[in-house]
Amino acid sequence: MKCRLRAKTGRYQAMPGMERTAITIMMDIQYFAPRTLDDAVRAFAAASDGARILAGGTDLLVQMRAGTVSPGTIVDIKKIPEMTAIEEIAGGGFRIGAAVPGAVLREHPKLSKVWPGVVEAANLIGSTQIQGRATTGGNLCNGSPAGDSVPAMVAAGAIVTIQGPNGRRELPVEAVPKGPGRLNLTPGEIVVGFTLPPRPKGSSDAYLRMIPRTEMDIAVVGCGVSLTLDKGTCTAARVGLGAVAPTVLLVEAAAKALIGSKLDGWALEKAAVACSAACRPIDDKRGTIAYRTKIASVLLKRTAAIAAERAGRM
Amino acid sequence: MAKLHVSTTINGEPQEFLCDANQSLLDVLRGPLGLTGSKEGCGSGDCGACTVTVDGRLVCSCLMLAPEAEGCEIATIEGMAQGDQLHPLQQKFLEFGALQCGICTPGFLMSAKALLERNQNPTETEVRYWLAGNLCRCTGYDKIIRAVLETAADMREAV
Repeated sequence: MKCRLRAKTGRYQAMPGMERTAITIMMDIQYFAPRTLDDAVRAFAAASDGARILAGGTDLLVQMRAGTVSPGTIVDIKKIPEMTAIEEIAGGGFRIGAAVPGAVLREHPKLSKVWPGVVEAANLIGSTQIQGRATTGGNLCNGSPAGDSVPAMVAAGAIVTIQGPNGRRELPVEAVPKGPGRLNLTPGEIVVGFTLPPRPKGSSDAYLRMIPRTEMDIAVVGCGVSLTLDKGTCTAARVGLGAVAPTVLLVEAAAKALIGSKLDGWALEKAAVACSAACRPIDDKRGTIAYRTKIASVLLKRTAAIAAERAGRM
Repeated sequence: MAKLHVSTTINGEPQEFLCDANQSLLDVLRGPLGLTGSKEGCGSGDCGACTVTVDGRLVCSCLMLAPEAEGCEIATIEGMAQGDQLHPLQQKFLEFGALQCGICTPGFLMSAKALLERNQNPTETEVRYWLAGNLCRCTGYDKIIRAVLETAADMREAV
């Protein structure tokens, strides 16, 4: 079959005076929608280099149209029940399939109560149309340092289940990205889902991002905080920072500054300084190094305040 | 390579089509199926001109592969009016002049309809956020937002 990935974006070619040379890529492209994870792993591993996993497709289809990727095989994982389910597990944790879109996370009756930060982060991605499709698995596997759901998942202490030709393994979510667009997965491995741990009483989380407008933009800085309060004292905390380094960061020094404190000004200031110190950002059109570094500290304080306020109600 | 055979329901009618693996749903709607109401604006999910619903959920049809539609219920702008009877949103868009060139209008109508099905009494802020994925370069949005709010009010009274 002829697959004209470039030619298909040819709206410019139709404009007079803007003719471009059509680059026609000749290749076979195959689409699979397996019903089981084992079939998906087999199809993905067999196709290897030229294969892409399709979850919501909101990154993949854009990349295919732009010609930055041209997969020979597309493995659609949305027909696999395990990938599209949200399950409550023993003890009060949740298992979220990699292909669950943000809108489905939001509509779940319990998830927003226990993990409001994870749900709000996933639902900051794109428009209503995008939220009906875009998934947390895709957000992680796209490998962008600015993916909104990832810092919230890092703060939540999510464990990622991965399945490949050599079986199943688990990784903490912060260990999955390797760099922009690159993952610590071996060939043929697929992200199956996320496990969110059970929460003690007095726990909650929050996610905030800084964008120059109010909606539909990419984070200049994103900050996720998850914490547990016992009589006003913070007994557990995790902090995730996005868009300030080649990968989303787990900022342990910031969490350490919060744990044991009453989240007073001094503790928040120490955690904020730790966030700025962890930043290794780039300058680009969305924000400078200095701006991102400063904003990371501001967002830590605001996000921690929201998480604490929510935790106080739990 | 052989084309893929896909069975769907479009605007309530069973519909089968053949497609290539990398064709978008929008390509198939506008091409072989002749449903040209959905428009291609950006082709990258930013503008919402290609908005349809798939199993009741709003989707940019440019960001969905046609073979993904297997077994799905799809609704497009062509199914919105009942014969000559315009949907209240369509009627209100006309009354309020909530369109000029009209390219974005099918997408706005599909999105607004999905909103009113979920929320009969949205605030202006809710309407604006819900419609953030639909871009209009003519109207400045205000007439569109007014038309949606007014339709919602009319539909509440009619119940």
